Amino acid sequence: MEGHSSYQPKSKVAQWFESRLPLVGLIHSSAIAYPVPKNLNYFWTFGAILSFMLVVQIVSGIVLAMHYVAYAPVAFARVEHIMRDVSYGWLMRYIHANGASMFFIAVYIHIFRGLYYGSYKAPREVLWILGVIIYLLMMAAAFMGYVLPWGQMSYWGATVITNLFSAIPVVGEVIVQWLWGGYSVGDPTLNRFFALHYLLPFMIAGVVGLHIWALHHVGQNNPDGIDVKSVSKDTVPFTPYATIKDTFAVVLFIIFFSWFIFYTPNYLGHSDNYIPANPMSTPAHIVPEWYFLPFYAILRSIPDKLGGVLAMFAAIAVLAFLPWLDTSKVRSARYRPLFRIFFWIFAVVAVGLGYLGSQPADGIYVIVSRIFTVYYFAHFLIILPLLGFIEKTKPLPASIADAVLAKGGATVVAGAAAPETK
Amino acid sequence: MTIRSILFGAAAAALLFTAPATAAEAGGHDGRPPRLSWSFAGPFGSYDTAQLQRGFKVFKEVCTACHSANFLYFRNLSQPGGPSFSEAQVKQIASEYQITDGPNDSGDMFQRPGRPSDQWPAPFPNDQAARASNGGALPPDMSVLAKARSYHVGFPGFITDAFIQYQEHGVDYIHAVLTGYSEPAEGVTVQAGLHYNKYFPGNQIAMPKPLSDGQVEYTDGTPQTVDQYSTDVAAFLMWMAEPHLDARKRIGFQVVIFLIVLSGLLYFTKKKIWKNVAH
Repeated sequence: MEGHSSYQPKSKVAQWFESRLPLVGLIHSSAIAYPVPKNLNYFWTFGAILSFMLVVQIVSGIVLAMHYVAYAPVAFARVEHIMRDVSYGWLMRYIHANGASMFFIAVYIHIFRGLYYGSYKAPREVLWILGVIIYLLMMAAAFMGYVLPWGQMSYWGATVITNLFSAIPVVGEVIVQWLWGGYSVGDPTLNRFFALHYLLPFMIAGVVGLHIWALHHVGQNNPDGIDVKSVSKDTVPFTPYATIKDTFAVVLFIIFFSWFIFYTPNYLGHSDNYIPANPMSTPAHIVPEWYFLPFYAILRSIPDKLGGVLAMFAAIAVLAFLPWLDTSKVRSARYRPLFRIFFWIFAVVAVGLGYLGSQPADGIYVIVSRIFTVYYFAHFLIILPLLGFIEKTKPLPASIADAVLAKGGATVVAGAAAPETK
Repeated sequence: MTIRSILFGAAAAALLFTAPATAAEAGGHDGRPPRLSWSFAGPFGSYDTAQLQRGFKVFKEVCTACHSANFLYFRNLSQPGGPSFSEAQVKQIASEYQITDGPNDSGDMFQRPGRPSDQWPAPFPNDQAARASNGGALPPDMSVLAKARSYHVGFPGFITDAFIQYQEHGVDYIHAVLTGYSEPAEGVTVQAGLHYNKYFPGNQIAMPKPLSDGQVEYTDGTPQTVDQYSTDVAAFLMWMAEPHLDARKRIGFQVVIFLIVLSGLLYFTKKKIWKNVAH
């Protein structure tokens, strides 16, 4: 792609190194010269925010792991040891615990941005599927991380979720005992969850690498959902344009994050998780962390256990097929009047399922959960495939440059790619 | 404008996604605990040292007869942001307790006076002993009790709580339970060994009414009432559950001010860089 790898090492040492391992050239082409569509809005900064959050979680997590002990009789006390006696341990733990929620807030905005602007369509199918895999790994990492403080919600959440696998016919029971390392959630479960919780972020980092590679190969989508026609007219180099914008957005996000860390650190958690795990006493309501609630609602809305488990996993798996389920040729919802309406209905349904997942599973809540679950799947399996044939889309701009000029009124474009000369 | 859209996006996400987690807390109360005005609430809150010292007195003279506090160490009582007893006072308090130590060189366990580095001694050697002395009920450990209790807020309160930084569910609940003893409401029969309490889930609590007016002597002229005792001991329990709250809120303010200035600088840098690019 034009605009890539314009790097020419100047010093002899750099030339010697570059001819043996073109590492600096790779960094230059992907973080400096990489062409970014001009018309990106702030929803495109969430990739940077998510990368930042992954680093925050890994760094704070490694520090916590230095003080934590994954042994059931002491795990709860070790977390309190971190909160009380480790220097700034409370800060590390609140960063890590709230960081998980921030990670999911950012990833949900990132996913919904992709849904709205059609970022999953050709040629970005693989990029999108890698994203779905990251999302799955994140959910696994978050679930196992929540078990580690070994409070009541940790223990009972782990019991409920691992028990889902018992719904598998014939081998279900065996699989669940294999996951537990015993006949109930216990110390072996805690220990293996800790091992996996430490492993998964590095797997996420690996898939994020592929995700960014795929992104840089096909180029970014943009709010108008049209292809880059001319690198010089439609794009700006990543540095300084995207770097400064991303940095600004990351700092705004840290302010939002800080509100939770410093002022409401337990708002997103559950008070029951400050009660040590007790296999003899079940909490009044077992609720997962907020980011799982829509799927929890889908699970509970199906009257059959196996059916519920299948529906829950299908609700995530269906995302991977989205590039082929959406039949429209036009990417961005800006030019898809009908899709835009259905997108917002879907957003309300998804959030509504989250609310329903937090409520007791009886009465009106179950009925509404069922309607919303049906709609959730209908959106992907019926509405999106049909819309492509029915919808009359608006005319697309000829190019990104045209779209930008039409929107902002004609301003100076000359010299855009060389701000340092201004 | 794009700035607005990101702020809106973040705020909307916060509203929509963060909210349901707390919506599912155990209900079943007759009334919600009243929200008291705590010195440690809000962005500039900090513990009231005199209140923590009074609360400690109630805790020591009343609560610890039955409740353990296993994560509390005597030394905590003199650390910054707490009841701020002097080290000499802490030594004195610790020495009032006999601690089992050992084994010594001849292999025997022995008793010695407590030291600041000792854990707060539990009233019972194990849970079974605690149950046996309390009619079968286990008095919960008090170390993090103020964070381990809550009450159902419901929609839309659980959303607005994030904005007003309401984090005092636990202390308000503890204060409410301590002041919530009364004769049973009409038509309610209380099981033998249990006591009617307006705020306890299910309204029947095993703990007998622990406080009565004048029970604990305050030397600073503070009223010696059940309500005052309950407020003070709840504040003390909050400190015990969250001993670094003062530092957290102080550092938080510094961090947020720094970030706001930094984001302002970045915003204008960004504007300047993008000045000649239509976007």
